Amino acid sequence: MMAGPRTFDLKRYPGFGFIAAVCLGLLYLPLFVLVFFSFNERRSVSNWSEFSLDWYAKALANDAIRQAATNSFLVATVATISATILATAAALATTRVPRFRGLTGCYAVINSPLMVPEIVTAVALLSFLSLIGLELGVGNVMIAHTVFCLPFAYLPIRARLHGMDTALEQAAADLYADPVQTFRHVTLPMLMPGIVAGAALAFVISLDDFIITQMVASAGATTLPVYIYSQVRMGVTPEVNAVSSMLLGVSIVIVSLAVLLRKKETT
Amino acid sequence: MNAALSQTPPAAVGTAIELRSVTKVFQTGTAGSVTALDEVSLAIRDNEFFTLLGPSGCGKTTLLRLIAGFEQVTRGDILLFGDDVAGLPPHKRPINTVFQHYALFPHMTVAENVAFGLRMLRRNKAEIRRTVETMLTLVKMPDLGERKSSQLSGGQQQRVALARALANHPRVLLLDEPLSALDLKLRQEMRLELKTLQRETGITFIFVTHDQEEALTMSDRIAVLQAGRIQQVGTPDAIYEHPANPFVANFMGETNLLSAVLGTVERDMIRCQLEGGAEVLARPVGTKAAGCRVTLSLRPERIVLTADPGSGLAGRITDCLYRGTDTSYRVKLERGPELQVYEQNVADHSHGMSVGDSVRALIAPGAARILVG
Ligand SMILES: Nc1ncnc2c1ncn2[C@@H]1O[C@H](COP(=O)(O)OP(=O)(O)OP(=O)(O)O)[C@@H](O)[C@H]1O
Ligand SMILES: [Mg+2]
Repeated sequence: MMAGPRTFDLKRYPGFGFIAAVCLGLLYLPLFVLVFFSFNERRSVSNWSEFSLDWYAKALANDAIRQAATNSFLVATVATISATILATAAALATTRVPRFRGLTGCYAVINSPLMVPEIVTAVALLSFLSLIGLELGVGNVMIAHTVFCLPFAYLPIRARLHGMDTALEQAAADLYADPVQTFRHVTLPMLMPGIVAGAALAFVISLDDFIITQMVASAGATTLPVYIYSQVRMGVTPEVNAVSSMLLGVSIVIVSLAVLLRKKETT
Repeated sequence: MNAALSQTPPAAVGTAIELRSVTKVFQTGTAGSVTALDEVSLAIRDNEFFTLLGPSGCGKTTLLRLIAGFEQVTRGDILLFGDDVAGLPPHKRPINTVFQHYALFPHMTVAENVAFGLRMLRRNKAEIRRTVETMLTLVKMPDLGERKSSQLSGGQQQRVALARALANHPRVLLLDEPLSALDLKLRQEMRLELKTLQRETGITFIFVTHDQEEALTMSDRIAVLQAGRIQQVGTPDAIYEHPANPFVANFMGETNLLSAVLGTVERDMIRCQLEGGAEVLARPVGTKAAGCRVTLSLRPERIVLTADPGSGLAGRITDCLYRGTDTSYRVKLERGPELQVYEQNVADHSHGMSVGDSVRALIAPGAARILVG
């Protein structure tokens, strides 16, 4: 009536603006409130008094928080590197070999951590690690994170590799590059945007994980999300808000960096 | 492999590549299979500009991929300068390829693309820089070395692909329809350049095309392929003038395919009676004797039309098409089939003939070829 099918424009439907506003509000208002009250001068997360950075200073001076943050970054870094390497190898193995029986099964096996409920993975890891008697403290957390980060790193890398013409690798072989040189000079540089995306995703997922870490982490191996949870149980303070805001900030920076890097790669 | 080597007779001197009964079968899905090449035997000479010509899907790319080492033969042998190359991976073969879609490395500059092969061969930096410069000058792009290869036009990409392959001084260069993406003008220019380049470098070129004009103008020899089988191998004029079978005759330009019955031999010619009774003279071939049914190939440009009633075969023009350099007529013979005839437009309205006119078709003795296949 008012918009023919050829000039279809969702924005012109009645109520579109309202629904969009509600959705965006639901997504971002809680985050906004959280960040907002991290700057509160008083010890309250609901009554605003005046602006202050005290809670940030306090959080940064808190040894437990610093320990947890260090653990978080160590775990995320190690898990990201090992998951990305494994994921790259897996992606190569599932796209750069002749099709074989059971390839679909391989995809399923690699991606299953995405489908298995996280609590199940957590319990399974906990009982498995104690069954084999592995007690490496933060090392256990790193192993656990590598495991569940793998599919997140794998998907973008595989997608990139799948869309990449094998003609380029054949051209390299035609120009006397052995398989290792071909990988180093052609496949890897071409694959970089996928690897960066996969690594960023793995890093953020690891940084943010709670359930599995909670199960696997021994005392002293606590990460930031686990620490925040333990504090929240004793009541939310602006200090928790400040820590959460910083975690949020780091995640945003990492994802933005990944996007920027990809932009640069593709132009 | 060694045992097989000692059994194979030595290749003829000056042979760059020899294919012995090469068969390639692709498995498609669980049960199906495609025979892309069927018992192909070929000997390509050193320094030769050799063209593989055939319609789409006839197996041209497959043949190149077997020679380059990207595919393995199902049966048969491939010999490179006398050595069996079975099992030799592509990066160990002294062969370079200009791919159908160029396959330039998009993350490298033009110069880096051209240098790639020499870098892999671990040549020294100064030599690489010099060769890259020479190559870029050779393909007339001396100032574009720092461009990303994704920022080039189709013609420029084609030149870079050529420079990248030639920089390594391969003994054999494979070219897979390298000109198909170019416009007509550039294509004609590149034909000449490629031909000159081949003559100057002395590299054996194996050139794939489905364009018969390209094949005729560039090649030393042509192999015509159809459905995975070699139909004929020979020089351009041999293939055009003496096609081995109806497929080759038809694929290499226009022709009239006429069925005829052989008659008596008259000096060095044999009478061929067309359907309807008209007779033409052809050169006798092999063991074909009087009474045999054969197919004749008669090129449209070999027939001359005249209004003079004293000679030739009587006919009537049924169609007339002006085409610039020549005029295409269709002439129905009184005692024979309809013929396609091309007359060069050498003067203004040279013949002044139009549809419905009675004409005489002059066919020189030997103009019609008896096809053996
Ligand atoms: N990897 C493959 N798997 C299955 N069939 C294939 C494969 N490669 C080629 N074929 C088949 O082999 C036949 C020959 O293919 P090829 O690519 O050699 O043709 P071509 O002569 O190069 O054609 P074009 O002129 O279109 O490039 C075709 O029928 C094709 O479908
Ligand atoms: Mg092809």
